[in-house]
Amino acid sequence: MDTFIQLTVDALTLGSVYALIALGYTLVYGVLKLLNFAHGDVFMVGSFIGFGVLQLLGGTSNPAVPVWVLLTLVTLAAMAGCAGLGVAIERFAYRPLRDAPRIAPLISALGVSFFLANSMQLLFGAAPRNYDTFALSNGALYLKGFDVGDVRVPLLRVITIGSAFVLMILLWLLVNRTRTGKAMRATSFDREAAAMMGIDIDRVIVFTFVLGSALAGAAGVMFALRVPTQVSIGFVAGLKGFTAAVIGGIGSIPGAMAGGLLLGFAESYTQGYVSTKWSDLVVFSILVAFMIFRPQGLFGRADIRKV
Amino acid sequence: MSDTTPHAATPSPAEGPAVGQDEWVARHAERRLARGGLLGTVEARLRTIPWWAWLALFVAAMCLVPAVESSGYVRRVAFDTVLYMLLALGLNIVVGWGGLLDLGYVALYGVGAYTYAFIASDQFGVHLPTLVAVPVTVIVGAIVGLLLGLPSRRLTGDYLAIVTLFFLQLFQTLTTNGDSAFGHDITGGPNGILNVDPFHLFGHDLAVQHAGVFAVSYFYVALGVFAVVYVALRFVNLSRTGRAWRALREDPLAAETMGMPVNWLKLLSFSFGAAVAALTGTLFAALNASVFPLTFYFTLLITVYVMVILGGSGSQAGVVLGALIVGPLLEVLRDPDKSRWVFVLAVAAGLALSYRLSRRLAAILAATIGFGFAVHEVAGAIDSRWVAGQHATGLGGSIAHWVVVPAHLAGWVPPVSYVGLISAALLLTIVDPRVRQVLLVPTLYLAAFVWENVMLADPDATRYIVLGVILIALMIVRPNGLLGERRVEIV
Repeated sequence: MDTFIQLTVDALTLGSVYALIALGYTLVYGVLKLLNFAHGDVFMVGSFIGFGVLQLLGGTSNPAVPVWVLLTLVTLAAMAGCAGLGVAIERFAYRPLRDAPRIAPLISALGVSFFLANSMQLLFGAAPRNYDTFALSNGALYLKGFDVGDVRVPLLRVITIGSAFVLMILLWLLVNRTRTGKAMRATSFDREAAAMMGIDIDRVIVFTFVLGSALAGAAGVMFALRVPTQVSIGFVAGLKGFTAAVIGGIGSIPGAMAGGLLLGFAESYTQGYVSTKWSDLVVFSILVAFMIFRPQGLFGRADIRKV
Repeated sequence: MSDTTPHAATPSPAEGPAVGQDEWVARHAERRLARGGLLGTVEARLRTIPWWAWLALFVAAMCLVPAVESSGYVRRVAFDTVLYMLLALGLNIVVGWGGLLDLGYVALYGVGAYTYAFIASDQFGVHLPTLVAVPVTVIVGAIVGLLLGLPSRRLTGDYLAIVTLFFLQLFQTLTTNGDSAFGHDITGGPNGILNVDPFHLFGHDLAVQHAGVFAVSYFYVALGVFAVVYVALRFVNLSRTGRAWRALREDPLAAETMGMPVNWLKLLSFSFGAAVAALTGTLFAALNASVFPLTFYFTLLITVYVMVILGGSGSQAGVVLGALIVGPLLEVLRDPDKSRWVFVLAVAAGLALSYRLSRRLAAILAATIGFGFAVHEVAGAIDSRWVAGQHATGLGGSIAHWVVVPAHLAGWVPPVSYVGLISAALLLTIVDPRVRQVLLVPTLYLAAFVWENVMLADPDATRYIVLGVILIALMIVRPNGLLGERRVEIV
C-alpha cells in the first residue's frame, strides 16, 4: 500500500510534466499541423535556464531570496526564456517552410532539435545538473508535507502537481474564453478561412509558440526538481510528450492532459511493480495499440477526409 | 536572359512521352533553361554520359583510394564512407521515392548488425557461413521493416514519423537491457556482442588488419556490395513498383483512386529500405567484430538524413554524393587544423555564392580582415593576456595574429559569444541588404572567434551542430539538394 501511494504521487508528478510537454505539441500541431520535434529540446533548455537562475540567486543551499520567491523566479525565467526560443525557432526554421510540402518542416524540425541538443552539449557539457532537493539547509519544502498512511508526501511534489494543474486550467481558459483563444481555435480549424476573416495568422502562430514553449519551460523546471537534468533528456521527454499528445488525441487540450497523466501512471507503475528497464516498452505498446484501434486518440475526432 | 537558350525546340510528336505519362511532366526537363557559354556546353555534354558509365568511373576511382593512400586511417574512413553511401541509398528508397518519413531507419541497420551477430558469433554458439548468414540477415531485416511499416497502413506522415522514432528508442531499450531479459543474456546489454565472425569468402577469412594496418579486403567487398545495390535499386526505380512509389509520394490519394495498392506500396518501400540497411549492418558487424547499442541512435539517423537531403532525396547519384561529402567532412572536423580550413573555405564559398565575384565581396573581405587586426590590436593593448592564447602552427598560427584567442576563457564567454553569434546570424537573414553588408563584418569576426575559442574545444558537438545547421539551411534554401529535381507542381 505504501508503495502504491508513493508510486501514485510519482505518477502524478511525472504525468503532469508529460502533460505540460504534450500541450505544447498539441497546440502547435493544432495550429500549424506540424510535429515540432524540437519541443523536447526546448524543454531541456528550460531546465538549464532554471538551473542558471538558481545559481545566480545563490543556489539552493544559500539562496539570496526566500525559497518561495526562488522557485517562482526560476520557473518564470525558464518560461520566458523558452518562449523566446520558441518564437525564434518558429520565425527562422518553420515560417519560411509554411507553404512547402509537409515533409520539409518536419526535417527542418529534426535539424533544430539536433542543433539545440548539441549546442547545449557544446556550451555546458554532458554532466547532470542537480537542482538539489531543497533538503540540505533549506528543508522547508522537502521535509514539510503531509502524511497519507505511513507515507510522507513532500510539499515540493504537491506544489509541482498543483502548479501544473493551475497552468493547464489557465491555458484552457485562455483558449476557450478569450478573443485570442478564439482566433487560435479558428486558425486551427481552417487557416485560410481564418485569414479571410481578418485574423492575423502570423500573430496567432507566434502566440501559440509562446504558449507551448513557456509550458515546456515550466515542465523543464518541474522535471529538474525531481531528478537532475542533463542535455540528453530532451529527446526522450519529447518523445514521451508527443506520445501523450497522440494518445489524448492530437489537437485536443484536455486530451493532452489525460494522455500525459495516463503515460505518467503507466510508466510509474511499470517501474514500481515490474521493472525500471521495460517502461519504454509498455509506453510503446500503449502508443501502438492506440494507433491501431483508436488513431484519433481519447478525445480527438476521427478525421473525415473530403475528396 | 541573353545568356540562356531553351534546352531544345519542341520535339516532334513521335518522340512524345510513353502512354500513361503526363506530357506536361514528362517534358519538364525540356522547358528548363540551359546554361549558356562554355559551362553550358560542358554541362550538356556531361548530361549525355549514361549513368552506368558514371557508376563504373566512380567505383574505379574508389578502388584506387587504397593504392594511393596507404594510411590505415584514411582507408578506414573510405570504408565508413562506403557504408554511409549504402545507408543513404536505403533511406532514399523510403524518403526519396516513397515520401515516407522513416525515423526508425538506423534501428533497422542495428537489427541487421545484431542479427548477423546472433547467427555468426559465440553469443549463441551459432556460426553460419557468410553466404548463408548475410541473406538470412537481409530477409530478417526486410521482415522487421515490413512489421515496422504496419502501423503506417492507417497513419499519415506525421504519426508514422513518431511511431518509427519510438521504434528507434525501443531498439535502444531492448538492446541495452537485453542482457537480463527473462534471466537470459540475449543482446549483451550495453557491452554489446563481441567476437563477431569476420566474413568468410572463397575459403579465406577476411582479415580486418593486415600487418597492423586496416586491410583493404573489406573495403573492396563493401564497394562491390555498393555497386550491386546501386544497380539493383536503379532497376527497381524504373520498374512498375518504382513508378508506383513516386506516384504515392506525389499524391497518395490520387494514387489510391487510380487503383494502386497504397498500403502495400508503403510496406514494400519500408521493407526495401530495411533490407539495404540490414545488409549494411552485416558489413558493419563483420568489420568491427562487435556491435554496441549506442551506435544505432539519433546521431547516426540525422547524419544519414543530412546525406540524403544534401545530395537530393530521390536521386540515387545525389544521395551517394551526399554521403561522399558528409562522411569525410565529419572526419575532417575532428582535427582542429583541418577544421579551421573547413571554416575558412565554407565562409569563403558562402560569401562567393551570395555576392558573386563583385566589388562588394572584395570590400567585405577587406573590411573583415582589417576589422580583425584592429580588434586584435586593441585587445592586445588593453590586456596582453587577451591575445596570449596558444599559437599553433599552420593556419592556426596565422589566424592567431588576427582573431582574439585569450589565454584563459572566462566561464561566461562561451555561452554569451555563441548565443550572440547565433542571434547575429539570424538577424542578418531578415535585415535590409545594405545593413546586412555592414553587419556582416563583425558577425564574421565573431564567428571566427567562436569557432576558434569555443567550437574547436569540443569537436564532437561541433560536428553535429554543423550537421543540424546544414539540415535547416538546406530545407529553407534548397530542399532539392545538390542533384535532386525540384518538385514539379501542377496546379
